[in-house]
Amino acid sequence: MAERTPWSLSGALRGMFAKKLIDDETWDDLEDALIQADFGPSITEEIVADLRAKVARYNTTDPTDLHRMLREGLEERLSKLDSTLNLSARPAVVLVVGVNGVGKTTTIGKFAKFLRTYDRSVLIGAADTFRAAAVEQLATWAERAGAEIVRPQAHGQDPASVAFQTVQRALETGTEIVIIDTAGRLQTKGGLMDELTKIRKVVEKQTPIAEVLLVLDATTGQNGLTQAEAFIEHAGVTGLVLTKLDGSAKGGFVLAVQEKTGIPIKLVGQGEGINDLTGFTPHVFAQKLVG
Amino acid sequence: MATFGNLSDRLAETFKNLRTKGKLSAADVDGTVREIRRALLDADVALEVVKDFTGKVRERALGDEVSKALNPAQQVVKIVNEELVEILGGQQRRLEFAKKPPTIIMLAGLQGAGKTTLAGKLAKWLAKDGHTPILVAADLQRPNAVTQLEVVGAQAGVPVYAPQPGNGVGNPVTVARDGVKYAQQKMHDVVIVDTAGRLGVDAEMMKQAADIRKAIDPDEVLFVIDAMIGQDAVATARAFQDGVDFTGVVLSKLDGDARGGAALSVASITGRPIMFASTGESLDDFEPFHPDRMASRILDLGDILTLIEQAQGAFDEDEARKMAEKFSTDSFTLDDFLGQMQQLRNMGSIKKMMSMLPGAGAMKAQLDNFDEREIVRTEAIIQSMTKAERTTPKLLNGSRRLRIARGAGSTVTEVNQLVQRFEQASKMMKTVAKGGMPNIPGMGPVPGGMGGGGGRGKPQPKKKGSKSGNPAKRAAENLAIASGEKPALGAGVSGGTGFGLGAGASGGSKKAGGPTEDEMAALQKMLGR
Repeated sequence: MAERTPWSLSGALRGMFAKKLIDDETWDDLEDALIQADFGPSITEEIVADLRAKVARYNTTDPTDLHRMLREGLEERLSKLDSTLNLSARPAVVLVVGVNGVGKTTTIGKFAKFLRTYDRSVLIGAADTFRAAAVEQLATWAERAGAEIVRPQAHGQDPASVAFQTVQRALETGTEIVIIDTAGRLQTKGGLMDELTKIRKVVEKQTPIAEVLLVLDATTGQNGLTQAEAFIEHAGVTGLVLTKLDGSAKGGFVLAVQEKTGIPIKLVGQGEGINDLTGFTPHVFAQKLVG
Repeated sequence: MATFGNLSDRLAETFKNLRTKGKLSAADVDGTVREIRRALLDADVALEVVKDFTGKVRERALGDEVSKALNPAQQVVKIVNEELVEILGGQQRRLEFAKKPPTIIMLAGLQGAGKTTLAGKLAKWLAKDGHTPILVAADLQRPNAVTQLEVVGAQAGVPVYAPQPGNGVGNPVTVARDGVKYAQQKMHDVVIVDTAGRLGVDAEMMKQAADIRKAIDPDEVLFVIDAMIGQDAVATARAFQDGVDFTGVVLSKLDGDARGGAALSVASITGRPIMFASTGESLDDFEPFHPDRMASRILDLGDILTLIEQAQGAFDEDEARKMAEKFSTDSFTLDDFLGQMQQLRNMGSIKKMMSMLPGAGAMKAQLDNFDEREIVRTEAIIQSMTKAERTTPKLLNGSRRLRIARGAGSTVTEVNQLVQRFEQASKMMKTVAKGGMPNIPGMGPVPGGMGGGGGRGKPQPKKKGSKSGNPAKRAAENLAIASGEKPALGAGVSGGTGFGLGAGASGGSKKAGGPTEDEMAALQKMLGR
């Protein structure tokens, strides 16, 4: 049995599946629960319609069946894409992008630690030269994770040049994995989005980029999709990281993001501790979400 | 999905269908209500708020007030607007200052909501108003949050009380209490306490927040929430209300393309007013929240009032009056033209300003293409001219133009265009000034563009100008908006025309109209496209 985390939908669904028969109220409750989990009106309608069809096809009236179908349906949709991180290049350069305050820096700290436990050498580039004390915050994480860090030489230095120096250092020292932090930016800021494109270009002059990870905050609503689209266009995102799953937000919008953009979820963050980052497994995710 | 970027666009689309109808059937109302429901859900308004909202709108839309109205569709728009304003809290609330200083303000919210940045913005804003705020670094959790607050404080020119290094070291309750004492000793009249981000479900951290609140007994507890938050806004807002019982809400990251949802949910569920909005990365991107304007923004009526205030801040009134005189006496020179342009730039990002105009939803694509550097280029050209050339553009012959083009790093064609635009503008301005039509002191050049667009309703882009010249008592403005007409005061008064906006609020007839594109074109022309 999945444990009942506050994040899980199981609380909302329990009452519904405890009943004897599937009735109109069940469907209403299901729809409400999905909307409240931020799946968004479109995906919710799809899921509900799909389940209605299945229930009719198998001619069942048992809510337990519905429960199972919901879980399997979600799992199937989530597992359509390959969520393996592609880090075989040497050095494997990982660029981390996202809007402000989603947890990019924290994710990098945890990711570095994650890689260090597999004994990979890690170099972090502090290319967030904009936000106050971002470099110091990252340095603290790097120290905790046991990774090297390249700092900008001056405040407000061009982030692309920091990225370049980081990759250069990695090539010189033969570091296996390079993670580059970038400043948070709202997807509506054209100039800042262009800056990402530039960082990409500059890094690619030296070595191909292995992964561009877009960090999404689970508390985000339908705006997450707009964010993803903009970042894909400008930064060539290859994977999603879903953070703050330790709260009460369900992050249902990632399903829409994954389906609309074809970019898989690769990592999930569940807390502020350094070990609170795991790979994404659709089975576990669906299981925990639905209970 | 992609067709409807945000709530405004979405509702605009819905209302467009309604507006063509002379009479509403129950089915029409149901259809519209369903669209509104979807639009609100897409905009991340919490489900229970949506249900409540659509219920009320439906009930009123089916009632007498609509069926008897001259134009039922407009009536529905009006109902939606009223209900939105109602939820958002109707009136704006100001910070309450303690009778006996210092006033203590505590900030709380989720991780990454923007508390630390907001602390800096709030401090700077208060300092500008003559207060002497001090920041207290009680976020000892996140790595280097204390350092960040120190940097932000330095940027805002405000002292920071940070006895503990943070990174898990120190007791935030003690720091907060000592911070207040310190402020009393040093005679600071406002204390802003930054706390660590915490999840609503984290009982231990919520308890800590409650302890901080108890220890310092704040006059205001501001709950900072990300405008992009989804359905979880409900759970989070409730948890914080139970935990620290905040007195007001601050909406952050409102400069993104997510608008409205979280604001509606939080205000409706907790009954606490939204007091401030944070709209950008610079410490100045911070403004009091105006519920009525937000409702209009959601309905795509633009955020005219905010725009007016910004323009008023940036334009110098004397300057504007002088300008008006120049127009009427034909002594308007390229120097003045340049001066205006620079004033315009002071107002901040032009894109940002334009996005506050009604109908901006439709203009978004064009806004994205708009290049603010055009202004810089124009400046370069004018600055490459001699004094004499600037006052008497007639001097500009071929060889002079070539010299100017070289000096400005542009081409003769561009110089020609600029001169032409200027001539058009000053001619137009003169007519306007003499004819007593809406005179736009701060804003000479616009009419040039207008010539192309023609007709009323066009002047919108220059609205900014109008405010400027207009000593515009806010009250009068508000009235104007409410009644749909613009009072004519003093010398530099603008025409009510573009401002028909006020009418828009009740009629909704204004938006989605054709002119937006022309307006855009006009504005671009003026700016040197």
